[in-house]
Amino acid sequence: MKFGVVIFPGSNCDQDMIYVLKNILKQEVVELWHKDTDLQGVDFVVLPGGFSYGDYLRSGAIARFSPIMESVIAFAAKGGYVLGVCNGFQILCEAGLVPGALLHNNNQKFICKNVFIKSQDKNTLLTQTIPQEKALKIPIAHGEGRYFADADTLKKLNANGQILFRYCDENGAVNDTANPNGAIENIAGVCNEGKNVFGMMPHPERAADAELNNTDGLYLFKSIIAMVTA
Amino acid sequence: MQSTANDTLTNLDTAKKLGLLPEEFEKIKQILGRTPNFTELSIFSVMWSEHCSYKNSITWLKTLPKDGSRMLAKAGEENAGLVDIGDGLACAFKIESHNHPSALEPYQGAATGVGGINRDIFTMGARPIAQLNSLRFGDIKLDRTKWLVKGVVKGIGNYGNAFGIPTVGGEVFFDECYNINPLVNAMSAGIVKVGETISATSYGVGNPVYIVGSATGKDGIHGATFASSDITEDSAKDLPAVQVGDPFQEKLLLEATLEVIKSGAVVGMQDMGAAGIICSTSEMSAKGEHGMKIYLDKVPTRQANMLPFEILLSESQERMLVVVTKGREKEIEKIFDKWDLNCELIGEVTDTKRLEYYMQGELVADVPAYDLVLGGGAPIYKREYTEPAYFAESKKFSIDQVQEPADINTVIQHLVSHPNIASKKWVVEQYDSMVGTVNMSTNNPSDAAIVNIKGTNKAIALTVDCNSRYVNADPETGCAIAVSEAARNIVCSGGEPTAITNCLNFGNPYNPEVYWQFVGAIKGMSKACLKFGTPVTGGNVSFYNQTSNGDKTEPVFPTPTIGMLGIVDNKEFFTSLSFKKEGDKIYLIGKSVNDIASSEYLYSFHKVKNSPAPAFNLDYEYAIQQGIRKLIQGKHIQSAHDCADGGLFITLLESAMPNNLGFDIVCDKTIRKDAFLFGEAQSRVVVSVSKEKEEAFINLLKKEAVDFSLLGEVSKGENSIDKQKIADTKELKNKFDTALANCLN
Repeated sequence: MKFGVVIFPGSNCDQDMIYVLKNILKQEVVELWHKDTDLQGVDFVVLPGGFSYGDYLRSGAIARFSPIMESVIAFAAKGGYVLGVCNGFQILCEAGLVPGALLHNNNQKFICKNVFIKSQDKNTLLTQTIPQEKALKIPIAHGEGRYFADADTLKKLNANGQILFRYCDENGAVNDTANPNGAIENIAGVCNEGKNVFGMMPHPERAADAELNNTDGLYLFKSIIAMVTA
Repeated sequence: MQSTANDTLTNLDTAKKLGLLPEEFEKIKQILGRTPNFTELSIFSVMWSEHCSYKNSITWLKTLPKDGSRMLAKAGEENAGLVDIGDGLACAFKIESHNHPSALEPYQGAATGVGGINRDIFTMGARPIAQLNSLRFGDIKLDRTKWLVKGVVKGIGNYGNAFGIPTVGGEVFFDECYNINPLVNAMSAGIVKVGETISATSYGVGNPVYIVGSATGKDGIHGATFASSDITEDSAKDLPAVQVGDPFQEKLLLEATLEVIKSGAVVGMQDMGAAGIICSTSEMSAKGEHGMKIYLDKVPTRQANMLPFEILLSESQERMLVVVTKGREKEIEKIFDKWDLNCELIGEVTDTKRLEYYMQGELVADVPAYDLVLGGGAPIYKREYTEPAYFAESKKFSIDQVQEPADINTVIQHLVSHPNIASKKWVVEQYDSMVGTVNMSTNNPSDAAIVNIKGTNKAIALTVDCNSRYVNADPETGCAIAVSEAARNIVCSGGEPTAITNCLNFGNPYNPEVYWQFVGAIKGMSKACLKFGTPVTGGNVSFYNQTSNGDKTEPVFPTPTIGMLGIVDNKEFFTSLSFKKEGDKIYLIGKSVNDIASSEYLYSFHKVKNSPAPAFNLDYEYAIQQGIRKLIQGKHIQSAHDCADGGLFITLLESAMPNNLGFDIVCDKTIRKDAFLFGEAQSRVVVSVSKEKEEAFINLLKKEAVDFSLLGEVSKGENSIDKQKIADTKELKNKFDTALANCLN
């Protein structure tokens, strides 16, 4: 499977993502430079975490206007698979590729720590092989990660199975104390209606290397690879 | 050279205002053979400031051990120390202070401290992979302290997080001596292939000189001079001396710099930190024994009509000076263009060994490079020192003067919620500790931070340590303890102590009692570094950390922060601090001492401020560490955690908390219970051992003649001391985790 990882100026999780895809999962990976428009025939585009263009305005607000994003938007419109993690999720929201917005954490601080999330639906590429009851330990690292959508949108998301993950405690219980940033309905990740564009705040690529003693993130990557190689 | 309309000749008054001494002004006139103009005098004033010249410290710094088989660059030779870590790789690492700016503007002060230290690493061609910091603040109840803590932590976080290098470790300490003058020390470590480093040098007549990165503004002018004087009530007027940081530019500069170095077209490179263009042009030229012609009007500026001295002295961040091989200009320009960074040709290398600065075709300053720099013509002073009265006084302390508390639970509650002991979660969760996916301590907490070197069997171990209360009690012993604790942390995590960097935070060097603390600390550091075979690779000195209130001056505790690098040759030896399993035996390696001197317990529970440093013997410490090393390499132990602030009890609790376990222990009845549980005698490590390995464990320690004693057993979460139940781990953890947030919110 051929992955393309987009590099914006200020991306800083790009190499971590590439390391997991290439070195740990042995997939083909190309780097997609923000000034280019050629997606090089990739099967799957990843928008990695970081602070694209410094994120001085609003996270992801500038990145979505970069030349490569025009191609990514066209690719997604044709059903191409796109995953945005953290800043990548923020960019997807800004670009309107997934519904909702990401606001400042409710404690107004950057938060980096391990949290638990639970897959909500088996009918997406990203979650299809994840055990539904398992609380996955995946770290977050963001200042603007509080997912928000209006009531109508939430209703649709729930009805269509577009909610990918919710924050939970280590036993899998979804409750307020397990919600690290105040996200509405504990939402940690969503997808678009076509279920080909995925956005999530937690960093699965930070939980995919046995040397770091946590490989829960591999569930997501293996889910992606399973479908395409099937 | 004639003075010009824009630039008048100077006199002694001007010199004094710029922080120069009368004899220094005389020396400058001698060097130039004439009276300097204002631009030139400004140049000398920053280059000869304490911050750049180390004039009051260099005599003693030279006595520190610098040699070691792994050293690739000796202290002072390059922007950071460079250590061979094997497998064809080297680690560049350094610690630096940003105390004075942080005292005025905590957010930018701390942020630019992080930026500066990382540039020191990547200007050598090394990619930073881990950052640490060591922070000291005043009484946490003060509004000023809360403002400083919040600003500093946000500044470090926002800069480091966006820059994208994980913050893997650090320390935070509170004491009223830091009320006005906090200490903000930032450390960075980077990895580079041996032989692919770039030097801060300049040579090759006609080679072009570039300034790259951010435009030059009026921020940070005379910052180095500002950092070389006492913080006073008037310091707020110096606000323009504080720089402003832009981590996004720094990230671009990092990527572009490493790419440019790879091109092979770079002769030398230096980042612009203190004293800006003047510092990088003079240090690179002096090192390469060449000169430069620099056209200041070519420098991209943020403001119009900047004066020559402003352009020269500006400490605007995220800039580099790059000397390029003539004929390869296009390659360099293309790379910076790719990263959308300024890359301006501002001058050329000459053979004159002089720095000639032009503005609109006019020579505005002409000075010899060598005479400006440390190791060249910069002044060197020997300061006198005298032992302060408190030193003899504190030695009179005896444990018998302190009554043992009737109920140890009150002490336990006091300590677990004391900001010096309690979890620093409130702080560290604001730092990205996981970006780069190399932090092996995230899911396996350990005494030193263990940072993976991907694709090898190796990891590096990093730690920053200094208990300044010990150093204040006894500078020589206290500083030896700081080095020992750093080494102990690395050994307990499975690493081999390799080299150190230091950040020497002291009061005014012209105060003989402060200088006595400085000399003592250097002696203690030398002794300990020789013992552990950890040479000093460099670092930084920050004097004038004190508060002037009218006539009264109060120095901060002498705080020689030690940043230590260790090598974990085989990742299998990585050892965490957490208990693993109920029923595992808990042992103390080392011996219990009837000592509570300088402990947090004595200082904040009993409020006894004057006592000696805790019990410590360097040879004994070394033997204990060798014992731990053998236990780890023989795979005899499940966990190792050294006894430090808060004593044995806090060590046990910290080992119990990560896996929600507990401990049932018995006390050594030959010493006082409070000394046993809360004393901070050095050279003690708590280990846990599985029942299957216990016999081999005991045999090894007996064979090696290392002191040890059985403390008890790991429980499933309830705790007891001498069969008496105390609060369980869950309850204590809750207090421990929330105490700091409760103080700050």
